[in-house]
Amino acid sequence: MATARNRAIDRLRRARTLRDKTELLARETPLAAAPDDEGGWVLDDDASVPDERLELLFTCCHPALASEAQVALTLRTLTGLTTEQIARAFLVPPETMKRRLTRAKSKIRAAGIPFRVPAAEQLSERLAVVLAVIYLVFNEGYGGHDTLATEAVRLGEVLAELLPDEPETGGLLALMLLHHARREARFADGELVLLADQDRTAWDDETIARGRGVLEAAIERGGRGTYVLQAAIASLEIAEHPDWPQIATLYGELERRTGSPVVALNRAAAVAESDGPAAALALVDGLRGELDGYLYLHATRGELLRRLGREADAAAAFGRALELAEREPERRFLRRRLAGG
Amino acid sequence: MKYAVLIYSDETTAAARPDAERIAITGEYMALAQAPEAVAGEQLQPPTTATTVRVADGTVLHTDGPFSTTKEHFAGFYLLDVEDLDAALAFAAKVPAARLGGAVEVRPLVERPS
Repeated sequence: MATARNRAIDRLRRARTLRDKTELLARETPLAAAPDDEGGWVLDDDASVPDERLELLFTCCHPALASEAQVALTLRTLTGLTTEQIARAFLVPPETMKRRLTRAKSKIRAAGIPFRVPAAEQLSERLAVVLAVIYLVFNEGYGGHDTLATEAVRLGEVLAELLPDEPETGGLLALMLLHHARREARFADGELVLLADQDRTAWDDETIARGRGVLEAAIERGGRGTYVLQAAIASLEIAEHPDWPQIATLYGELERRTGSPVVALNRAAAVAESDGPAAALALVDGLRGELDGYLYLHATRGELLRRLGREADAAAAFGRALELAEREPERRFLRRRLAGG
Repeated sequence: MKYAVLIYSDETTAAARPDAERIAITGEYMALAQAPEAVAGEQLQPPTTATTVRVADGTVLHTDGPFSTTKEHFAGFYLLDVEDLDAALAFAAKVPAARLGGAVEVRPLVERPS
């Protein structure tokens, strides 16, 4: 009898915590608070309150939710951004974003998506989704929405702090820091500036050093995953005299892991520096079938053709890239390239 | 929580399978039905045995065949009582149809106070 009763109480208790968690998701102010026993709210800086950000991250990035819902929920729940701000960043009407969030939250409740860190055997698969969501937010921010990039770095810091034994959390954080450190130098007078032409004095050296420190720690923990590889590449690329053969090798390794033609394109860009434009152009041309709709394929071809002195072919490639470019700074950059600048 | 695990199987590939393999797959389905998390599990007769019923203006209409004809057809289901969606999804991943060209849909049941 007693055990049955205890089991019933356990069940009730569990049901209540789950309900509390979903209420946490529905709150207007994010993360920095947790429910106390009286149903009120206490701030997170009280050490007695367990940190629930990790559980929240895994719930928001549950694979049963659509990718766009994962991103929206993560931002709404774990950052200070409002629904309106998130809507603006993703260029959708606020009403659409509101519906997306409401739908995701009700699926969490109705479908019984758990509020917990996945068990060890599921952790790497589930962590991959969390990392992808954060990196997607970062990349969205990298295109111009500085707030998103900053929030993504913050999320990356939280994740690396809460899951220090997973080297990929450090890999992602290092990758973002190494890119984020150059945010001031990526644009000059609103124009996009390529890495090689960037004003190095505008780089944030402190953030670069931190990024490299985080990367080294991840490698020491045995990290050889795709984020660690990308961070290692980012670190080598910003050296004063980059080791291009080594960068090309790392891209090759990354290409084997991901099978991604975009990575292959990046390897070609590194090969251009180590073996010259002709070798790189052969690689890029091999990717034209797969990446014909990809602006950077044509922009890269344009650069290589120009270096080979094939001006007319270069202009055609830049023209094709311009047709595909949607963001204004990129469009202006390509127009300058077309004009021979 | 209770979940329905709806099994959609691809009969075109199933027909081509040797007997021994078919028997092994049936064994897998039966073992899943015996799992502690499964409250029920049933297999349906093939869609050729189905009759679809509609009532229009009080008249009953019968159609020979399933409600919808797709490559994958509804072949059976399990009812689960498990802790949460993760447990239901883990069970669903073990259903043979999921890896044999079909698909498995996991749907929570509406909970009513008993």
